[in-house]
Amino acid sequence: MNLATKDIKHNFGRFVLTSAGIGLLLMVVMGMGGIYRGIVEDAVTLVERIGADLWVVQKNTRGPFAEISRIPRDLEDGVLTVPGVESTHGFVSHTVQRDYKGKSLRLTIQGLSWPLDKGLWLPKAAGRGLTQAHYELVADKSSRLQVGDKLPLGKEIFTVKGLTKGMISQAGDSMAFMTLDDAQAVQFDLSPESIRIERMARVNRLFNIELGQIQPQMSERAGGPSSGIPALGTSMVSAVLVSVKPGYNIEAVAKHIDAWPDVSVYTKDGQKQLLLQGPADRARRQLGLFRRLLIIVSAIIMALILYTLTLDKLHDIAMLKLIGAKNSLILGLIMQQAILLGGIGFCIAYLLGQWIFPYFPRRVVLVRGDLYSLAIIVFVISILASLLGIWRAMRADPSEVLS
Amino acid sequence: MSLSNNNPALQAAGLTKIYGSGHTEVVAVRDVSLSVARGEIVALVGPSGAGKSTLLALLGLIRPPNTGRIIIDETVVFDNHQVKVNVRRFRRQKFGFVFQKANLIPFLTAAENVRLAMEIDDQPARISRRRAMELLEYLGVAERAENLPSMLSGGEEQRVAVARALANRPSLIVADEPTAALDSVHGRQVMELFRKVAHEQNAGVIVVTHDHRALDLFDRTLEMEDGQLRKSHN
Repeated sequence: MNLATKDIKHNFGRFVLTSAGIGLLLMVVMGMGGIYRGIVEDAVTLVERIGADLWVVQKNTRGPFAEISRIPRDLEDGVLTVPGVESTHGFVSHTVQRDYKGKSLRLTIQGLSWPLDKGLWLPKAAGRGLTQAHYELVADKSSRLQVGDKLPLGKEIFTVKGLTKGMISQAGDSMAFMTLDDAQAVQFDLSPESIRIERMARVNRLFNIELGQIQPQMSERAGGPSSGIPALGTSMVSAVLVSVKPGYNIEAVAKHIDAWPDVSVYTKDGQKQLLLQGPADRARRQLGLFRRLLIIVSAIIMALILYTLTLDKLHDIAMLKLIGAKNSLILGLIMQQAILLGGIGFCIAYLLGQWIFPYFPRRVVLVRGDLYSLAIIVFVISILASLLGIWRAMRADPSEVLS
Repeated sequence: MSLSNNNPALQAAGLTKIYGSGHTEVVAVRDVSLSVARGEIVALVGPSGAGKSTLLALLGLIRPPNTGRIIIDETVVFDNHQVKVNVRRFRRQKFGFVFQKANLIPFLTAAENVRLAMEIDDQPARISRRRAMELLEYLGVAERAENLPSMLSGGEEQRVAVARALANRPSLIVADEPTAALDSVHGRQVMELFRKVAHEQNAGVIVVTHDHRALDLFDRTLEMEDGQLRKSHN
């Protein structure tokens, strides 16, 4: 006869409520681990999906995710001349925050190197990729945007043509993809007044130097669009992504480009490491600390619950001792209940998590290894938590029955 | 009809129990010697504070005496300040306990409460199940076998407690005011039950009681006062 299950059956409502409480607590512990995994996955998702072999960024920066990186877009052509390089394309990444349909909308915009890259590699949830050079957008479904939505960005209105799934930036923002030119237009968008002031300033600067005095006809060009002034150079991108031809050593190609004085080069793994060692690492440590604290809190709460449950049964335990029950029977009663409490709490945490985690603002990724680890931790804290109750039960004096 | 034989279920000699020390010292039981034969039912009476319950606790190996000797079923269990047996095992094999409250385990049915005493002694479930039903039937509560204690009347609970006490065929049953919580009719029924158990199950029964109306059911009455046995009536 199993006393633990008989007792649970008798006090079923209380046991269910207690298990639910433990389950909620463990769900938070599980969620903390899941959020960390989500941060890691979000951090490396883009690098993984883009699949570039090398990331060429501004010299001595860890860009484009760890810090600002700006390199001339025409570097694409320069890198393409390096032996072993199969293809290059520019990469732009920046975050915008706009009010849309009465709500705040944050998007991390990624520029695709149109027409080579139409976003066909993106994991689609709905709609399609880009089919024209301008004013189209593919957004992650976590942004709550819908296919067909019209989103004003910069001076243009972009139409959402497709939705992706799981494309979240390391900061937790939904990603949106448009052509590189559009992404730059949005990034460097200035108000008409700012443009007018900038053009006037250029004209004034021109007249303050000798060139302006001897060639006054240049003022017309200086007061026009920036793109019409060769001296201002090409547009800037955050990075140039490089694909290496099969058979070529990626490290050797990287070393070649890295020797240039104006750029730094990272391999795909190097870029992922930079991402993980940056903001993701701080989040990991913080979440790890919270997780450990919550496990300790769970253990204490479980110990107190089991201690209280034992106190409720102290008279019965004294009676069991009086009629000659072995200590193992009493120990088993408490420990089995502790393990059941922990086990059922864990299952409740998992099931509840499956239902609730998708609604969390940040992605929660439950990894099988983490779940196994947590299950073992729950088992251990269940046993540890039962020790307080067992200690009290072992001290129960059979003569208490006489009173 | 009595099945009593000459083997004593209990022999105690020179039992003394002292609580506290120095100024707070209280001698609860002083140099008590007694014997209870198998099949005999003995009442232990006396005023409150006379030391009856303490004596019962000593005899039931619930508390150790300071001095004295206790022999249960021809086995020396306490002598010369030392416990000579595994008390927990000895209690489950040789003793049956009944108290003022039935002290049934609340989450077990009546039958399970009886079975528990046997399963604690490692008896197979098949045997314990059958004997539990036999005992409940013997004590007239078989129809309540599947009820939890909360669904039983006080008298029924005490009958189940008696069944549990009998489960392992004890040599000695010790009962501490088992009828105190019952009315006179049910109280007498329980005392009659103890008499029946003593005579039919061949167990020694020692009952602490304040209920003088049922003393006619006992083979012998021991009177206790100030920690000592004063008189014995047959």
